[in-house]
Amino acid sequence: MNIFVLLKQTFDTEERIIINNGEISDDGVKYVMNPYDEYAVEEALLQRDQHGGTITVVGVGPDRTAEALRTALAMGADEAVLIGNDGLTTDEYTVSRLLAAYLGQQSYDLILGGNFSVDSGGGQVAVRLAQLLDIPHTSSITKLAINGQQAVVDRDAEGDTETLEVSLPAVFTAQQGLNEPRYPSLPGIMKAKKKPFHRMSIGDLGLSDSDAAAKTKRISLSLPPKREAGRILQGDHAQQAAELVNLLRTEAKLI
Amino acid sequence: MGKTYVVVAEVRGGSLRQVTLEALQVVSIACQEGDSTAAVLIGSQTTKLASELADYVDGKIYSIDHPELEIYNPETYLNVMKSVFERVTPDVVVLGHTAQGRDLGPAIAAQLGAGQISDVIAIEKSDDDEAVYTRPLYAGKAFEQKQFTGGAQVVTIRPNNINPSEAAASAGEVIELDYAPSASLRSIVKDVVRKTSGKVDLTEAKIVVSGGRGVKSAEGFKPLEELADVLHGAVGASRAACDAGYCDYSMQIGQTGKVVTPEIYIACGISGAIQHLAGMSQSRVIIAINKDPEAPIFKVADYGIVGDLFEVVPLLTQEFRKVLV
Repeated sequence: MNIFVLLKQTFDTEERIIINNGEISDDGVKYVMNPYDEYAVEEALLQRDQHGGTITVVGVGPDRTAEALRTALAMGADEAVLIGNDGLTTDEYTVSRLLAAYLGQQSYDLILGGNFSVDSGGGQVAVRLAQLLDIPHTSSITKLAINGQQAVVDRDAEGDTETLEVSLPAVFTAQQGLNEPRYPSLPGIMKAKKKPFHRMSIGDLGLSDSDAAAKTKRISLSLPPKREAGRILQGDHAQQAAELVNLLRTEAKLI
Repeated sequence: MGKTYVVVAEVRGGSLRQVTLEALQVVSIACQEGDSTAAVLIGSQTTKLASELADYVDGKIYSIDHPELEIYNPETYLNVMKSVFERVTPDVVVLGHTAQGRDLGPAIAAQLGAGQISDVIAIEKSDDDEAVYTRPLYAGKAFEQKQFTGGAQVVTIRPNNINPSEAAASAGEVIELDYAPSASLRSIVKDVVRKTSGKVDLTEAKIVVSGGRGVKSAEGFKPLEELADVLHGAVGASRAACDAGYCDYSMQIGQTGKVVTPEIYIACGISGAIQHLAGMSQSRVIIAINKDPEAPIFKVADYGIVGDLFEVVPLLTQEFRKVLV
């Protein structure tokens, strides 16, 4: 089975966001593999264990994205592809087009990705890709069982669980609960250094910069208003409870 | 010629979701002189809902009613949208940023070769009368304002952030479209387990009672559920509680998980890690209950109670019951 995993590199979720000169500062920021993509990589490994095959992880992004791809190789993926976008303004439209141009030249049975990225969080790329490749997709899956050319998946739909039967090849995006992503082992990290790592440019994919032009643009950035610490209620718990309910009625006027 | 806006309505539990009216409100703000609005209603037994929707849409309502459409399936719903687009060429498609809209929106965008701005929480007009959309980054640690650069547009809007539309001046015209079931579907919905029926949806709840590591066990969520019931709210959780196996991941609030913006957020036994704060700090009033007076959650809380949640929460439930019943 040929498995492809879509990867994005994101800020670590521990990071605070600082805006400098109208841009998000990446000074000293720690980057990680998008947490939802970890589930996708883990699922690819589990499926390969069962059905055999190879796993290729594919990322679109600046050069530093290589680090996240190497983490996936260290977890056990076989090959990595980095489609460089240095100097390009991309949005979900363009990223999905680049991925479709690459995958259109590959033979694939299963394409996995994260449900959304924890930075821009649009949740578009994988679903768009499925359409561009004209294959079915299910987003936000919490279970995947493959039998021949048929997959049975559970999809988390705002708390409800939908079970679908989907014919392969297909795109699935991983929701929390799909599995427990492993940590890269030391031997895994050593082995990853020798695994095939391909770098591609937009030109290599037969696309021009204008093909990859974004359809949306950011015009400004802001931070949420800072919250101030309020008051700690005094007295015993019964008094505190009564005061809180009273404050919600009289001060906040929400009850 | 003016632009054509198409709102994809959403049905849940036999009623129109409020986010559909919020999407219509976005359209009425975005619209310029000469633009037109249409709505698409996909489902089973939609006749009554279509006429309900018509009160809010001064334009055509395409109603596609078939038993096979009762449950969302990315393939059948997209096929329906394609058939609608044969009759009306959309310039802008607006959906809810819901389980359905998050899935259908990008599929429509890819079909139209359109740009998409997802998870919109506010809309305003620029000086040249173009729509400017605000959306969160890093689950709300920052916000960006975005515009389209040209071509077709898809917008998904987060429930509960934009005021719902008022009824239109004149009711719209309902057009029933036939649905031809496809014999060669590549995805089939086999089963749906409604875990949420009868419960308030977490992302739409006006009040959220949330538990962290301090609830100590699955059983420990009981008092939180009782409080949420009294308040007609929903129960959420921190990542720590989910990872510890006390509750389902579908309850997780934070940068991974869901972002909630209720009127009242009651954090019980949650320390307030930055990932969690990203998912709830836009709530209107935050209440923190924690044994540790140094817990970071108190730095963002409007009201704090230092104490054991197992003692405090039942007392709160009792007090709320007094004033609400």
